[in-house]
Amino acid sequence: MVTYPGSQDDRDALWALAALDAEAVPVWHEERELPDLDAVVLPGGFSYGDHLRCGAIARFSPATAAVREFADAGGFVLGICNGFQILCEAGLLPGALLRNESLRFVCRDVPVTVERDDLPFTTRCTAGGRLVLPVKHGDGRYLPPPDLDPAQVVLRYVDNPNGSVEGIAGVCNEAGNVMGLMPHPEHAVDPLLGSDDGALLLASLVDAARERVLAAI
Amino acid sequence: MRATVLVRPKPGILDPQGEAVGSALGHLGFEVEDARVGKVIDLEVEAADAAAAKAQVEQMCERLLANPLIESYEVEIVG
Repeated sequence: MVTYPGSQDDRDALWALAALDAEAVPVWHEERELPDLDAVVLPGGFSYGDHLRCGAIARFSPATAAVREFADAGGFVLGICNGFQILCEAGLLPGALLRNESLRFVCRDVPVTVERDDLPFTTRCTAGGRLVLPVKHGDGRYLPPPDLDPAQVVLRYVDNPNGSVEGIAGVCNEAGNVMGLMPHPEHAVDPLLGSDDGALLLASLVDAARERVLAAI
Repeated sequence: MRATVLVRPKPGILDPQGEAVGSALGHLGFEVEDARVGKVIDLEVEAADAAAAKAQVEQMCERLLANPLIESYEVEIVG
């Protein structure tokens, strides 16, 4: 879990991953090398104040360079909200996230449809099924590049809250080991908080990371 | 050397900020057909001459100041 100055959901994500039996550790943004990890999560928040463009400055932090190396070697990387924006700015994911069409900050639970259940982030989900996850963002309107392969769309909003093109809520890279999404799975791992659907995504990642470790032994 | 960078949303990219500004101007009685909102970045750079300054600032635009997927940029060297 990488913490940038301005990250705010890192502790929730650490808590959620620990609740799913993962050994989650914080990594400060100035770290040039990652500890021995099986997966990386970039949390939500407002890294570096979201100045210039969301994620534009976090892209150049030492930890992001280490995350890029980790991803290039096939490591699993999940970017949530601001983490998604950082991965797009860093070129690890296609597209860009722009100001919501309504110009309003949206903060509510939204249903999303799962497009793929064969990724390290979605194996506990069912393609075509729905998850209810909270969104909270002002800059979540996803704009794909003109040549985006439709197979890279992982999640779509049922009722588009921000004007994203084709209702895209989450995408992965071509290799399928890097994923970003605007909704917050780490805020939805306990029914007391309205939904525990987020646990399906995070637990899929924990499963995949564990399998990768076992396969390497 | 002083440089001014203009960053604009690319044509065809939905600009809700521009739409809001255009609509507000309409409420004030101005006839505005289209409004787009971009950014101005003023820089003071070290460079041997204007051409070198421009080349340097263009690199800054490519790497950080503009996102080529959604924005275009223009560099002006003020001197």
